[in-house]
Amino acid sequence: MNLLTSLGLVLSEEMLSGIGLLLLLVSAWGGDKAARTISFASILALAAAAVMAVPSLMLGRHGIEVSAFSGQFAQDGFASYAKLLIYLSAAVTLVVAPKFFEKAGTYRAEFPILVLFAALGMGIMVSATDMLTLYIGLEMNSLASYVLAAMLRTDERSAEAGLKYFVLGSLASGILLFGISLTYGFTGSTQFDAIHTALGHGMSTGALFGIVFVLAGLAFKISAVPFHMWTPDVYEGAPTPVTTFFATAPKAAALALTIRVALGAFGTQSDAWQQIVMFAAIASIVVGALGAIGQGNIKRLLAYSSINNVGFMLLGLATGTAQGGSAMLVYLAIYVITSLVSFVSVLMLTDAEGNQIEQIADLAGLSRVKPGLAAALAMAMFSLAGIPPLFGFWGKFVVFMAVVKAGYVPLAALGIAASVIGAFYYLKVVKVMFFDEPSGKIGGKCDLVYTALVAIGCVFLSPLGYLLTGPLGRLADTAIASLIH
Amino acid sequence: MIQLLAFYLFATLVIVSGLATILARNPVHSVLWLILAFFNAAGLMVLVGAEFIAMLLVIVYVGAVAVLFLFVVMMLDIDFATLRAGFVQNAPLGLLIALALVAELLIGTGAVKSGALVLGVADGHAGNAEGLSNTAAIGALLYTRYIFLFEASGVILLVSMIGAIVLTHRKRGDVRTQNISKQVARRPEDATVNLKPVSGQGVEL
Repeated sequence: MNLLTSLGLVLSEEMLSGIGLLLLLVSAWGGDKAARTISFASILALAAAAVMAVPSLMLGRHGIEVSAFSGQFAQDGFASYAKLLIYLSAAVTLVVAPKFFEKAGTYRAEFPILVLFAALGMGIMVSATDMLTLYIGLEMNSLASYVLAAMLRTDERSAEAGLKYFVLGSLASGILLFGISLTYGFTGSTQFDAIHTALGHGMSTGALFGIVFVLAGLAFKISAVPFHMWTPDVYEGAPTPVTTFFATAPKAAALALTIRVALGAFGTQSDAWQQIVMFAAIASIVVGALGAIGQGNIKRLLAYSSINNVGFMLLGLATGTAQGGSAMLVYLAIYVITSLVSFVSVLMLTDAEGNQIEQIADLAGLSRVKPGLAAALAMAMFSLAGIPPLFGFWGKFVVFMAVVKAGYVPLAALGIAASVIGAFYYLKVVKVMFFDEPSGKIGGKCDLVYTALVAIGCVFLSPLGYLLTGPLGRLADTAIASLIH
Repeated sequence: MIQLLAFYLFATLVIVSGLATILARNPVHSVLWLILAFFNAAGLMVLVGAEFIAMLLVIVYVGAVAVLFLFVVMMLDIDFATLRAGFVQNAPLGLLIALALVAELLIGTGAVKSGALVLGVADGHAGNAEGLSNTAAIGALLYTRYIFLFEASGVILLVSMIGAIVLTHRKRGDVRTQNISKQVARRPEDATVNLKPVSGQGVEL
């Protein structure tokens, strides 16, 4: 594999980093006044990168033809599926960010650039077929994320979120690196293919430790229990557009990476990690459902909801089958859209002066003040809870199908029981919005762009979304097939 | 013979300066002793033929980390008297940790006898470095096989640099910055006035 072919394969990454560097120069000379222009250019760059990912996904490319830099990087169908979700989330974040930050102070020109580099890092993560690429992509994404969380320097909660995320994130990186070095030491390679082969000949205790540590490091990034502690604090403290970003893009990237590591690199020793993933899945579902009940802040509630949803996705991985993986990818796409709708709706919750409202109690009677927004939020809640006519149900359905088909009926039963508990707090929010006396706090006008975004998302979540089940399922199948061939 | 002498020289100095680091009363002296320890450790690395690591140790640890320590120690106003005041209270805990460390050390030395660890067979990507120096061998891999990761690491460093500036830099209204172009563009005619004062009347400006 010569260098030119490799460079051609990573064209979308080169384009993103090149445009990122160029926009950095624009921000250096233009200052914060150029922020909106830079934002717009970044969105265009992300759209272009997404378009470049499409052919690879449609054709389900895999193997040597998409493997770049001596097997360190793969531009395959699986990576492209995850990249589409990542670039979509990053673009939506950039669309909603300017208005929020201008209200809070200034919209810094560095914000879109950091989002762009975070998206680049996530793209590298999902394409990683070597432990080193995995780590470098993860760090690029994490470093940008720490800064994004602390973006509102004058806000104490934002600074706290940034610091917490940084300290715990560094710890997780350390654990991951430790796992990587153990895996390398006991299998003799950092490449996923080679690890796959080496583990096929049997596994030593050292390699088992390596697998456990690598999975623990990744579990932190997807905020699976027992590595979820940072999630509510960071989601609450970070500026809402940044929370929108955190709940979607890094989740998609880290989950896709986990699938690739588990089914790819450690695929020949699935017995070793299946139990761990099963535990993490069930624990995440239960903790996510129970933890959310007492929350008074809607962003914290959504943080617990994301822990809960990650649990359902891990259920798909716990089966260790291609069908489970494909179900996970379908769920992931639906989850990303639902999260975008719910967080953009939260951004639209303002008082008459345009200040953000985050307390659930203040949402009382929302349906009478802003019926459209209340309906959208209710739809997102019902979809997250997986109540049938909405599209969120389909994601849970395919995951449970895969789990049952793989023969883990008790696991599916536990998951369904916990999702009933989870439905309670989603319904509580709906009850406050529709049946309580108006609190009189909600006011102000709805931004047109926000409304349009939420409306598009709602069409997807509505029963009309079921028209997409066929194509979405096929895409997920192609993506998984390009991973396990 | 000279190697042996050099080894004993470096090793002794590492231990002595390490001890002095923790025993020095003045924290600035501690950091200086630490720098000496780093230098001697680098010397030991040269003796085992790892000249690249030796250079890293000098450049990264002495050049960056230790100097950073020094700045922190000198700039933070830490009251060491109060820090030491808790020594007697915490001594039992410290003793316990020390015991645990000694036990680990003993167990670790015992584990050597149980035979070597069975590691995986290296995949051979590292290549044959016969006749090359460490630095050349690392460079040959870093700029060919791992070029993508090397460049991506550069982006990571850039991101952290942007982050540091975003989080710490702020515009202050109360400082007067130098505007060089304005200074240079100033003409003598704008700055000086020619007056012809009549004697006894003073000057009006």
